[in-house]
Formats: sequence, C-alpha cells, structure tokens
Amino acid sequence: MLLSEMKEGQSGIISGMSGNGILKRRIREMGFLKGTRVYVEKYAPLKDPLELIVKGYHISLRVEEAAQITVDDVKQDS
Amino acid sequence: MHKKSITIALAGNPNSGKTTIFNSITGTRQKVGNWPGVTVEKKEGLISKFGYDLKIVDLPGTYSLTPFSIEEIVARDFVLEECPDVVIDIIDASNLERSLYLATQLRETDCKVIFALNMADVALTKGTKINAEKLSELLDLPVVFTVGNKNEGIDTLLTKAIELAGSPAKIQQKRKVKYSKDIENAIVKLQDFIENKVKAKLAYNLRWTAIKLLENDKIVKERILLKAGDKRDELLQEIHALRSHLMDRFNDDPEIVMTDERYGFIAGIIKKTLTSSSQNRVDISRNIDFFLTHRYLGFPIFILFIWAMFQLTFSVGAYPMDWIDRGVNLFATELNNLLPDSVLKDLIVNGIIPGVGSVIIFLPNILILFFCIAVFEDTGYMARAAFLMDRIMHVIGLHGKSFIPMLMGFGCNVPAVVAARTLESEKDRILTILITPFMSCSAKLPIYIVLAGAFFSAKAGTVIFAVYLIGIIVSIVSGRLFRTTLLKGADAPFVMELPPYRAPMISSLLIHMWDRGKIFLKKVGGVILIGSIIIWALSAFPVNIRYSLDYASEIVRVETLYEAEITAAGKFERDVIEKKKDMAIAKLIMARRAEKTEKSFLGKIGKSIAPLFAPLGIDWRGSVALLTGIVAKEIVVSSMGILYAVEKEPDALQSALVKSDITPLSAFSMMLFVLLYLPCIATMGTIWRETGAFKWMLFSVLYSTSLAWIVCFCVYQGGKIIGIN
Repeated sequence: MLLSEMKEGQSGIISGMSGNGILKRRIREMGFLKGTRVYVEKYAPLKDPLELIVKGYHISLRVEEAAQITVDDVKQDS
Repeated sequence: MHKKSITIALAGNPNSGKTTIFNSITGTRQKVGNWPGVTVEKKEGLISKFGYDLKIVDLPGTYSLTPFSIEEIVARDFVLEECPDVVIDIIDASNLERSLYLATQLRETDCKVIFALNMADVALTKGTKINAEKLSELLDLPVVFTVGNKNEGIDTLLTKAIELAGSPAKIQQKRKVKYSKDIENAIVKLQDFIENKVKAKLAYNLRWTAIKLLENDKIVKERILLKAGDKRDELLQEIHALRSHLMDRFNDDPEIVMTDERYGFIAGIIKKTLTSSSQNRVDISRNIDFFLTHRYLGFPIFILFIWAMFQLTFSVGAYPMDWIDRGVNLFATELNNLLPDSVLKDLIVNGIIPGVGSVIIFLPNILILFFCIAVFEDTGYMARAAFLMDRIMHVIGLHGKSFIPMLMGFGCNVPAVVAARTLESEKDRILTILITPFMSCSAKLPIYIVLAGAFFSAKAGTVIFAVYLIGIIVSIVSGRLFRTTLLKGADAPFVMELPPYRAPMISSLLIHMWDRGKIFLKKVGGVILIGSIIIWALSAFPVNIRYSLDYASEIVRVETLYEAEITAAGKFERDVIEKKKDMAIAKLIMARRAEKTEKSFLGKIGKSIAPLFAPLGIDWRGSVALLTGIVAKEIVVSSMGILYAVEKEPDALQSALVKSDITPLSAFSMMLFVLLYLPCIATMGTIWRETGAFKWMLFSVLYSTSLAWIVCFCVYQGGKIIGIN
C-alpha cells in the first residue's frame, strides 16, 4: 500500500521507497527508514499535504511525495 | 596582554531552540549580515566571558550536512573551511533520534563537538528521559543540559566549550559511526588510493573525504578532482568502481545505505540512553492543531489571523505614521523658514526630506508587520500556515510559505520582499520576490480611487476590484512562466517539520523585528536618498525657464487690482474680495508650477517618451506622473495634481481629469499601467538586496514594465476597435 493511500488515524510500517535521489535521501535523513512506523495524523483541509508522525515528531509531506513510499502492516490506531 | 579569542559555532536542527540559545548567549551584542555570496542570514555575536573573547557564530538550522540547500552548504563550509574551535550542537531533547543524525555527521568531521541537550524539561513532560552521562560516554563528547528560554545551563555550556577548545587536538577520534563491513572496506580502499596514488594534500580529514566521495557528494568531488591533477581520471574510475560494487552488494545507492546505517548507529545509542514511559501525556500541540489545522476551522482561523495582522499593521501603524509625517513636515517647514533661499535649500526641503520622509514613514508598518511575522515564526504557526496554503501555492509552483510575502504585497512590497526570507529554497525565494510586486500595494490605491472615481463613478468599486484581480492573475501566470523557464527545476521537496507550539519570548521577538527593520532603514534609506535626489534634480532643473507668462509681475498686477477693489469696497464685501484675490493668486502659482514641471528635464523626458505612451491612451502629463511614481507610487497623484494645475482636493483633480481628453478607456489603461509597471525605488532596492543580484532587480524592472506596456496596448487598442471609449 502507498503511504498516500492511508487514511487519517492509520499507521503503517515503511517497506520501501521509490523516486528521485534528492527526495529519497532527504526523507531518509528525516527518519523515514525501512521498518519505521509512520502514523497519518491528518490531511490538510484541501487534502494535500498530509501530516505524519514519525520518530516522535510531526512532519508534513505532499501527497505526491507520500506516493513514493510504500507501507505494510497498516492498522487503525486509536 | 591580549585575551585569548575562541570561535564557537552553533549548529542544530531548525526549531531546536538554537536561536534562543544564541540570543541568551549574546544578548543584544549581535551582528546580522549575509553569508558571502548567498542570501542566507548570518548572525554573529562577540562577547567577553571568563577571560576569553568569544566569537559566537549562529549556523543556519539544518537537519543534516548533506549539501542539498544553501543553508546546508553554508553550515558545512563554515565547519570545514573556517574550523571553529568548538561546535556546539544544540539538540532538542524531545527529538533526540533525529537530532543525532546531524550530530553523527558533525562527528565525522575533525571538529570538537559539544552537545547542548536543550529543553529536556519539555521532553520530561512528554515522558522522555535521557541519560546524559551515558550519551556523553557513548559519543565521547561533553553533554550539557540547557533550557534556552530560561537561560539555564548557558554558563556551564560556555565553560565546557572553552575547556574543550583548550584541550589537545584529535582527542575525540574514538567514537565515530562504524559502517558495515563492505562500506568500511570501500572507505579504507579509497583512503589508501587517495593517500598513495593521488598524493594530494587534502584540506579535510581523509576518512571524511573518502566517505563523501563514496556518497557521490558533488562539492567534495569537485574540490578533490581539482587537486588530483593528472590522477584525476584514475580517481574517478576508482570511485566509480567502488560505488558500483556497493550498489551491486546492497541493491541501493551507497549514500542511502550509509544514511540507513547512521540511523542504525543512532538506534543503538537511543536504546542505551533513552527511557520513555509508556504513559502518554497530553500533547498540547496536537490539541491546538486540532483547531488550527482543522478541516473546516483551519482556514477561517488562518484568515482571521492574517486579518488581525493587517489590522495591526495598517490601522495601529497609522498613528505613528501620522506622527512621523507631521514631524517630517514640521522639520521641513522649520528648515524652510531658517535657511536662506538657495538651490541647496530646495534640494533639502523639496528633494531629500520628502523623499526620505516618504520611506521613513513606512517604518512603523514594517516593524509591526515583522513583529507579527516573528510571532508566527516563533510560535510555530508559520509552518501550519504553509501546511494549509501549500495546495493553493503549489499551483504556481511555489511553497506554502510563499503565501505570506505575497499577501503582504497588498500592503507594501518592501516588507513583502524581505518576508520572502522565510523561504528556504533560493529558487522559491527569487520566484516569490519576482511575482510579489504584482500584488497591488496600498500606495497605488489613491491613484485608482482618483481615476476610477472620475470615470466610472458608480462602478468605481468594481473597477478597482478588477484591477486587483488582474494583478493576482498576472502574478500567477508569471509565476508559472518563470517556473517553467528561468527558475526551472522541480520545486524543493515540501518535507517540512511541524514543530511543537511554543510560547514566544518577547526579547527574541523584539530582536527579530529590529534586525529586519534595521536592514530596511540602512539599505533602502540609501537607495531612496539617491533616487529622490535624482528625481528632484530632474524636476528642479533647468532653473532659468522662459515662462510663457511673467508670473511674478502678473501676481503683482492681480494683487494691486484687488487691493484697489478692497479699499473701494464696503466692510462686508471685503472678505469676499480678499478670498477672490487669494484664489486668483493661488491659481497663478499653480500655473507657474505646472509650467515649471512641464519645462523641467522631467517634463522634457516625459514629453519625449510620450509617443511611447500614446498607443496606451496616456498623454504626456500622465507619462510624467508615472515617471515620478518611480520614487513612490503615492507621488503619482500629487504629480497629476501639479500637472493638471489644480488645488489639492482630489475632487478638483477628478473634475480636471474629466475635462481633459482622458476617456474611461484610457483611464482604465492608465490604472493597469500603474498596477503592472516597475516597482518604486524602495522596492527595487530591496529586490536587489534580497536576491543578492542586480540582474534580478533589472529583470524585475524590465519584465514588469514591458508587460505593463503590452497589456495596456492590448486593452486600449482592443477597446478602441470594439468601440469602447
């Protein structure tokens, strides 16, 4: 499943990343690593970008950027 | 004896509280400038403490030292080239894991690093506890707890930093990131190759250089290849071979693998130093964001904040503006009475004072606006505003944060252009700066009011609204155009942290506000001064004009005529005739001024460029008025007043305009020209300063003016063809 397909309140474990080098490396450096759990806090009012929680902090990505990250084990968090 | 001086650099993630710590170390003794060649703010502070002269350099806030953005390049170059005695890495305690990424990169250079574990008190309320001794032991560097906004731990931090600076070099070589076997092998191989084959004298640490080359770091590669001489190709081949070997082995780029491994190293440290209690405490920021970025409430609240900012800036700012205006006028009048008549007096009273005065008057606006922006930035709301607006701004190819400068453009372009500083990517910044002037600034409004009021009476409001709308459309179209041509390239990834909300510190807000206000006063003041002298000279010379009428003797003649009438008249009629006399004389003086302007260099220039404006339906008087608008747009109205020889009231100007050969169509054309043509001197100076390049200012001037001409030509000629007047 793509990170951009997840709904608010869901979390998943990052399983892979595609896309160009700069973005890929930048979000790696921000802590988006394989095996890391990422939580979808909310989508912006206009549905783009979205707010995520990863490694305990809040970060936003555009939907097109989130679409380059695949996730596993998606579940509804309380 | 000279005191020993020590250079200390402050590094850290954005939002780590770095600026707060910098402010509490240096207080007001700080100098704000730019890093050479780029438009990134450079802050320095010089203080004497514990018997040392300390030079504190605030590096741009970055998440890593990988040179993607200018901020990162600036920070890395400073660490590598200037070799500060100590680097203080400010670590947000509630964000330890991510903060350590920058720390591992800093540790790979030869620098002496010390950790400031900041805001551990906040982290504790979130249930995070850090074992500082363990952390210090594992990374082999001193760790000091600080609370920047309460001034805690700052002295200890400085003492430790001074101690570390004095310690023998190379003491901290032990604990560095160890990569996996394949990568370590590649590093050693490349190290050997550089040492034995290339034999170049390296400016940087050998291991670090090898790592960067394996990561395909373009900047380091370029610098090493320059030194490699005839071994250049061999070195390139070696790097390529090692990289493709690693690529085969890991099935991914080496730089990605190394990023992962640094995080792996960090994970080990986290495990041993961090304990988080399972009990989740209430996250205040999340609760605030429930409202501020809410699906339905987010935008209304945002609009309310922006509205409040504008109200404060322009309504509250109107009072000090009025005081300054009066002060400047009083000063000019006093000087006028004091100084003997001369060209110099004319220059000062009619050139410099009104010119500089017209800029100084914006200072309250600018200070209030920057205070508000500082509040947005320091609380963390700016990131939320960008989060809300990004979808819309992305249409133009811009970042959500571009919204604030563009919106401010409706007020005044000068602070708006400066506000583009909040954008991290240089391309975004330049693009924003180029399209901001199309947001119709408040100084243009009086011109629209006069013209629309005269020619569109009942529909004036709609016409003015249309003009504003056209400005917005032009900026969007121009934005897209620039993004696909001049400033090509994907817009920077949006990846943006939404930091926890923090209560702003008043001292930091004031420092922020004053820094930016000072820049405005210093630089723009210089440009405006020169500009107003030039415009004054053009309108004041030549002095010996041959008037069509001998105004001086005409005034005397009118005076004696009325005097005779007054003495002849009865008591009641006297006042009436007195008034008539005054009006007749005022009319003559106005006519003389109009003729003086017409025959001055400015008038001559206006007349000679009038053919250029004729196809737009603008006569020579309009042309001259537009020229004077270069100093400040407000002047256009007063110039028209002089040229159409009317008294001060706008009603009189409007009726004079209606009587002239201006038609509604040409009035509309002129409004569009005012909207689009080159910005005022103050804005031009600011564009020059903020883009760091004269060429961008020149481009802005040429682009906007030619666009204005083309648009007005189409509107006026097109309008005539379809029969509108």
